[in-house]
Amino acid sequence: MKRKLICIICPRGCSLCADMQENQVTVYGNACPKGREYAINECTNPVRTVTATVRVFNRYNTMVSVKTCVPVAKDKMMDVMKVLRETQVKAPVHIGDVILKDICGSDIVATKTVY
Amino acid sequence: MVYHDIVIIGGGPAGMAAAVAAYDAGCIDVVILDREPHLGGILMQCIHNGFGLHKLGKELTGPEYAAVYEEAVRKRNIQVYAETTVTAVSTDKIVTAQNRNGILQIQAKAAILAMGCRERSRGALNICGSRPAGVYSAGTAQKLVNCMGYQVGKKVVILGSGDIGLIMARRMHWEGAKVEAVCEIMPYSGGLPRNIAQCLEDFDIPLYLSTTIVQIHGKKRLEGVTIAQVDDKRQPIEETKRYIPCDTLLLSVGLIPENELTRSAGIPIDPITNGAFVDENCQTKIPGIFACGNVLQVHDLVDYVSEEAERAGLGAAKFVSSGENRNHSIETKAGYGVRYVLPQTITATQEDVSLFLRVTEPFGKVKFSVSNGENILTTAKKLKATPGEMEKITVKAAFLQNITGPITVSLEAL
Repeated sequence: MKRKLICIICPRGCSLCADMQENQVTVYGNACPKGREYAINECTNPVRTVTATVRVFNRYNTMVSVKTCVPVAKDKMMDVMKVLRETQVKAPVHIGDVILKDICGSDIVATKTVY
Repeated sequence: MVYHDIVIIGGGPAGMAAAVAAYDAGCIDVVILDREPHLGGILMQCIHNGFGLHKLGKELTGPEYAAVYEEAVRKRNIQVYAETTVTAVSTDKIVTAQNRNGILQIQAKAAILAMGCRERSRGALNICGSRPAGVYSAGTAQKLVNCMGYQVGKKVVILGSGDIGLIMARRMHWEGAKVEAVCEIMPYSGGLPRNIAQCLEDFDIPLYLSTTIVQIHGKKRLEGVTIAQVDDKRQPIEETKRYIPCDTLLLSVGLIPENELTRSAGIPIDPITNGAFVDENCQTKIPGIFACGNVLQVHDLVDYVSEEAERAGLGAAKFVSSGENRNHSIETKAGYGVRYVLPQTITATQEDVSLFLRVTEPFGKVKFSVSNGENILTTAKKLKATPGEMEKITVKAAFLQNITGPITVSLEAL
């Protein structure tokens, strides 16, 4: 079974074709190995990086931007968002600080410094 | 009056990269002015990833990319006038600004314009209807959501399928809103295919091409929009009108280089790019005044902004140390298939020159030709070219010798 995909790993967005035969996935159209890995994952276990924000409770109207350190299962994206909605942090927060550990398989880190 | 060698207006990615490059080229009296309390510019609200792959080899979020340059600025002790708004620039390089301390005037030897761009608004689009709350430019909604934590709406329609519109479609969905549709007036999307995949397809958000919004409804708060398909002259087709209930409309319909200061200073602006006319060092027609980043041309990748800003910073540092030194004037022109070419003038031919351009419409396989009269200086083949992705073609110095007349960049569909 052939499946057409756009690779989302980098802005190039290569048009990929993943050919799924029994347990084998052959990938065409990737300009780099990451694209091949992406296509295989999309067919077997699709994952996504979530980038969002968390409220800084001791600052007025201030959010700190965060991301999942590693991509999480695609069908868990909204579960990650649910946890982030309930989370608050205290400033100062530094870029790289771990805000939460192991949410749906990934740590959540701050991507911005808020003093 | 305060004196500095180089004044940089804008502390976003362009301003920061220019400052670092100027400093490293030996001009250490360089200052950055920015209206925000912090550096980083528009990157601070671009919390998604995709930044830095070319330049830094890793995929960062906007704030993380900004942090790399902010650290570089801090390490060099480059002075930053924060919360400072520039109100005027003159051609003799006097920069007038204001901040908490009052009015500030800086006499510089060189100035770098790095003010970025602003968004096209509803008023510019002439969308009929009432003026309820709930109509935002996509960037404004992005700032409200990402920096301040507001929920700007619950049922969203987005006009414009450029990257900002697509990114906000995903963002709003992640924040619990229902994104009903993204409408795009052109028959193709202006955004990266990657963003169509990860922002729309991932969430089954429909993309309606050749569609626009013809009316806004709602008294105090937006209640819905009327969409319609458009014909090949981009005029709405009456019979295709359809009402979509919603409480939020995001407009992602174009970025305009923020050149009010440039215009007021009388620095010549190219009506196609909406940015200043520049040479290969990003120097404008006014000696000693440079422009880089989105204020010069709207970019898609911040990596190219940083590279462009480095050229400007280097150029400004050279100007400060050795003055006006432009003895060539080779004009560039956009030929078939090309909307614009930057720089518009090449002033020195000892080094290779990179030309930056955008095509007029989506093409498949193309061959770009850089020619001077009958002579073809260089060619470049691409598998595809779209208006939403800036192209770069390098012309080797050897081919720039003994040129008379303009250099034209055109393409041929293969």
